[in-house]
Amino acid sequence: MTEPPLLDIRDLHLSMTSFDGEAHVLAGVNLSVRRNEVWGVVGETGCGKSLTGLSISRLVPSPPARYLGGKILFDGRDLLSLDEAGMRNLRGHRIGMIFQDPTTNLNPAFRIGEQLVDVALAADRRNPDILGVAARAGRRARRRAARDLAVRTLAEVGITDAAERIDAYPHEFSGGMRQRVLIAMALIGRPDLLIADEPTTALDVSVQSQILALLAGMVRDHAMGVILITHNLGVVAKACSHVAVMYAGVIVESGPVAAVLRKPSHPYTRALMSSIPTSGVRRGELKGLPGQVPNLIKPPRGCRFAPRCAQAAEACRAGPPRPVDIGGGHMAACLKPGPAAEAA
Amino acid sequence: MFLTIPVLLGLTVLVFAIGRLLPGDPVALAAGPNATPAEIAAYAREFGLDRPVWVQYTSYLTGLLGGNFGVSIFTRRPVIEDLIAYTPATLELVFAAMALAILIGIPAGLAAAVYRDRWPDYLSRVAALGAISMPRFFLGLLLQLAFAMWLGWLPLGGRFPLTDDPPRLVTGFLTVDALIAQDLSAFWTACRHLAMPAIAMSLSPLATIMRMMRASTLEVMQQDYVMTERALGLSQRLIVTKYVARNAISATLTVIGLYFGWLLGGTVLVETIFDWPGLGLYATKAVVTQDFMPVIGVTLVIGTLFVCANLLVDVLYGVINPKVRTE
Ligand SMILES: Nc1ncnc2c1ncn2[C@@H]1O[C@H](COP(=O)(O)OP(=O)(O)OP(=O)(O)O)[C@@H](O)[C@H]1O
Ligand code: SF4
Ligand SMILES: [Mg+2]
Repeated sequence: MTEPPLLDIRDLHLSMTSFDGEAHVLAGVNLSVRRNEVWGVVGETGCGKSLTGLSISRLVPSPPARYLGGKILFDGRDLLSLDEAGMRNLRGHRIGMIFQDPTTNLNPAFRIGEQLVDVALAADRRNPDILGVAARAGRRARRRAARDLAVRTLAEVGITDAAERIDAYPHEFSGGMRQRVLIAMALIGRPDLLIADEPTTALDVSVQSQILALLAGMVRDHAMGVILITHNLGVVAKACSHVAVMYAGVIVESGPVAAVLRKPSHPYTRALMSSIPTSGVRRGELKGLPGQVPNLIKPPRGCRFAPRCAQAAEACRAGPPRPVDIGGGHMAACLKPGPAAEAA
Repeated sequence: MFLTIPVLLGLTVLVFAIGRLLPGDPVALAAGPNATPAEIAAYAREFGLDRPVWVQYTSYLTGLLGGNFGVSIFTRRPVIEDLIAYTPATLELVFAAMALAILIGIPAGLAAAVYRDRWPDYLSRVAALGAISMPRFFLGLLLQLAFAMWLGWLPLGGRFPLTDDPPRLVTGFLTVDALIAQDLSAFWTACRHLAMPAIAMSLSPLATIMRMMRASTLEVMQQDYVMTERALGLSQRLIVTKYVARNAISATLTVIGLYFGWLLGGTVLVETIFDWPGLGLYATKAVVTQDFMPVIGVTLVIGTLFVCANLLVDVLYGVINPKVRTE
């Protein structure tokens, strides 16, 4: 508890301008991640999960994006105040990212080794421990060391014959293997924080659990903090230590997985859980939840869930409810957090 | 690829037919203004032009198999000798123009995309528009006016001064031969002659390559893998000049291949303006005198080069684009 969080997002507000107007797409995101914690971020499509992840790496193009307020503290430093060069010092070697589709996220024109080596070299420029070669070593020695590291990292993520496969092109791998390559690319710089945006959504079900197991092992071995964005509460239950539930740009409930899943306290979390028996929501409407996601260009003034909430009261529409701790770090941004409301 | 031979055959038929259908009597032209009908008939007999067309055609084809491209009725020189002499000149010009277009067009297109909607982009787009809309012969004349007549920096035309000894013939490319002979002053002279015609020919492909490269770069920069490369800490410069560039170039390559053929066919005007002793100038003279054999020969050579250029592009495409190579 004494160690400060690795990542601390405080009241982050982001708007996106499009043809139709300026949409307030992140409206007070609060999330803090420590080492060895795996945070699942769940929510319907369009609720802002990816934008939250991309904001941490400052990869949201601006314009159309505009940060309206809040802080993203990483190791105590506010990332929103860093410039591009400052961010580049963190990307890859402090903050790693994995995206959804392994087919489109690997450059098709280069051998995978080439890309791994460049990522390793870029990380080594910021932290010479990564390659561990002497500062005055020449370019070639450095590249050779980077290549050795790449082979080891590929082996670590479960690619057999890594020494040969390193010279293959992305299209020579299966989808699951490509995702392993991307995981190796994200990990080769030894990041402290890993953001994985739906890393298994594009894969076969049988491969999904292998990749999740691999990620879990990596987190343990490297003592990283992880944000795992997913549609699938099953994935959360299996692979995460903590969970944050997002709705329309707000984290409505968060906390240790066990607490949240056993005692879902925000009406939206309950709707989400009851609508997904086992397999997970795909894009589309939630069963048993009337209405639809609010228009974020003219969002509801108070609680963004109020139009669909059975418990909504006058007070809910007055202003956005602040997240409150309902016990042991279990937070809910609701005026009448669940089980308590039912008990009363 | 296996279509090449029939296509080239078709071309010979076409040129043969056009040659016979044109009004005028080439033999009379070649025999001279004072030739009597009897002399003209003898002249025709000498070249076998008194035989039926299809006999002429089949004997031409059998000759081709042995590398015989016929004889010019005007100079009485075997066409093959002229082709060997003139083809390197045209190729040197086309290669120089293409090299200029590629070496400038690709980085310029890349830069225009990276600095999209800022001044490098505007500048290159205006320049491209100008280059595309300006006719080549007009540009050639402007260049001559400026650099040869007013400034006197470059020679008006020709390939090498008649008064100087050209470097020993090895490749037929004067610039290359001069380098092989380690004769820097001859190299410089050859370059000065090459400069204006090459620039005049290069502008239009340069503009097209640049626009194509800009468009494909913009498209590549939207790809997911570019986001991943950025997310993993690669510098913008490395991403653009290495990872984006290769993908964008492979999309631009097709245009380069097409332009190569287009330039081969387009040398006629430029060679005429700059008095460049290549296939274009040779063909022009032959057409004016209705001298068929050189015309067919030039057509065959250009057709063959065109096919080779496209083959080369296919190979290069495989080199740059690994997916094509394995499929
Ligand atoms: N480039 C953009 N321009 C304008 N609006 C955008 C842009 N990117 C995202 N948005 C909007 O921001 C909101 C949040 O998008 P985000 O991609 O974070 O959703 P998500 O939760 O990741 O959804 P999904 O589950 O579909 O991946 C959406 O309403 C989307 O329409
Ligand atoms: S604050 Fe009110 S409207 Fe919002 S979820 Fe809680 S009860 Fe429903
Ligand atoms: Mg997303």
